[in-house]
Amino acid sequence: MSQTVKLTTPLKDEDILKLKTGDKVLLSGKIYTARDAAHKRLLADLEAGKDSPFELKGSVIYYVGPSPAPPGRPIGSAGPTTSYRMDTYAPTLHSMGVKASIGKGKRGDAVKDALKEHKGVYFGATGGAGALLSQRIVSARVLAYEDLGPEAIRELEVKDFPLLVVNDSFGGELYAKLNV
Amino acid sequence: MRIIETKEIIEVVAATVVEANIKAPDDVLETFNKAYAEESSPAGKEILGQLLENVKLAGETGLPLCQDTGLAVFFVELGTECKVQGDLYAAINEGVRQGYEKGFLRKSCCHPLTRKNTGDNTPAIIHLDLVPGDKLKFKFMAKGGGSENMSRATMLTPAQGWEGIKKFVVNRVAEAGPNPCPPTIVGVGIGGTFDHAPILAKKALFRPLNQKNSDPEIAAMEDELFAAINKLGIGPMGMGGNTTTLGVKIEMAPCHIASLPLAVNIQCHSARVKEVII
Repeated sequence: MSQTVKLTTPLKDEDILKLKTGDKVLLSGKIYTARDAAHKRLLADLEAGKDSPFELKGSVIYYVGPSPAPPGRPIGSAGPTTSYRMDTYAPTLHSMGVKASIGKGKRGDAVKDALKEHKGVYFGATGGAGALLSQRIVSARVLAYEDLGPEAIRELEVKDFPLLVVNDSFGGELYAKLNV
Repeated sequence: MRIIETKEIIEVVAATVVEANIKAPDDVLETFNKAYAEESSPAGKEILGQLLENVKLAGETGLPLCQDTGLAVFFVELGTECKVQGDLYAAINEGVRQGYEKGFLRKSCCHPLTRKNTGDNTPAIIHLDLVPGDKLKFKFMAKGGGSENMSRATMLTPAQGWEGIKKFVVNRVAEAGPNPCPPTIVGVGIGGTFDHAPILAKKALFRPLNQKNSDPEIAAMEDELFAAINKLGIGPMGMGGNTTTLGVKIEMAPCHIASLPLAVNIQCHSARVKEVII
């Protein structure tokens, strides 16, 4: 039976363990944006012994490259990008304390295994609903890799950001089984 | 001979790229509403409701429908009885540069290997056709990366025929699953050469959703693929249901006796296309 859960970051193991595939989540607090180029650089930096630009433990990473903020708004459109491109990096980040990622589309087996092993979840947000989702983002600032433009790491403050649990920490999968 | 100044082209292109990214075309909105009314899965219906709300909000706030404001793709039809005073390609790129900056649209164009962003969403992808008449027509598409990545081209053997085409297209959509932001629009290019089939597939995506191919045989093929894809049960954003695609559009061209080129170009639900004539 799916439920609606309100959560605030940073996320703890007990937050993760109460989530099941299909649950709706309203997420509040600070989350961090990173997509292809930022992931590549972040992992290289961590491997070289540098500090992460944000606290990884309990963190939530949003796979998004927002459009520029028009005057008077904290951010432009900000819907999720397709997640499988970050599958290469996600297991390592989960092993370092990241609790959840937000994106759209299917994840590979290595990511699902990492969610089980490190008590993590994968959230889906509605792809293409960038104008709608931006209304739940209260503030945004660039934290690192400014030269990457839309791909820079940003700290976002979100309020009741609407999510669905796609992959839970028990091996559950939300996406429809296909009639093929 | 009619003379068209590049200044006018720059202005028209700049305005077009902004409007296409913010305002959903009427045929797309109409199809969204119909899909919302007919969607069988509650979760799928909820997603379609969010997409309708998103269209409304983008219109009210002037924010783009999707943060991925795409690579700028143009199919340009230049009348043989008009002449562009200056560099047509440079003018289109300048229009893209200005529009993406002034409209607060995301610049998504980068070097394929270093991944360094070009910073202004140029160069645009420009296909130019010469046509009779004294008009200059721009068909613009803001093509998002997530759906484009799910596209594929292949070379079938002539023996594989329609059954082979159908299998490849349906399997491609099934494999793409929730990734390309379903409900999608599926562009199919059949024939031509290895390079021509994907152009046909992309061209097909410009046809309004409520308009079938003018050839009844091809229109019947569109219907058959539409039904087969919607039977897959992927549904809006992969949530299950009967709305996996909003439309299937096929463009066909003659090909070599040895070949059967085939391409599938997948478009997300934010089908941002706009046509403008100078």
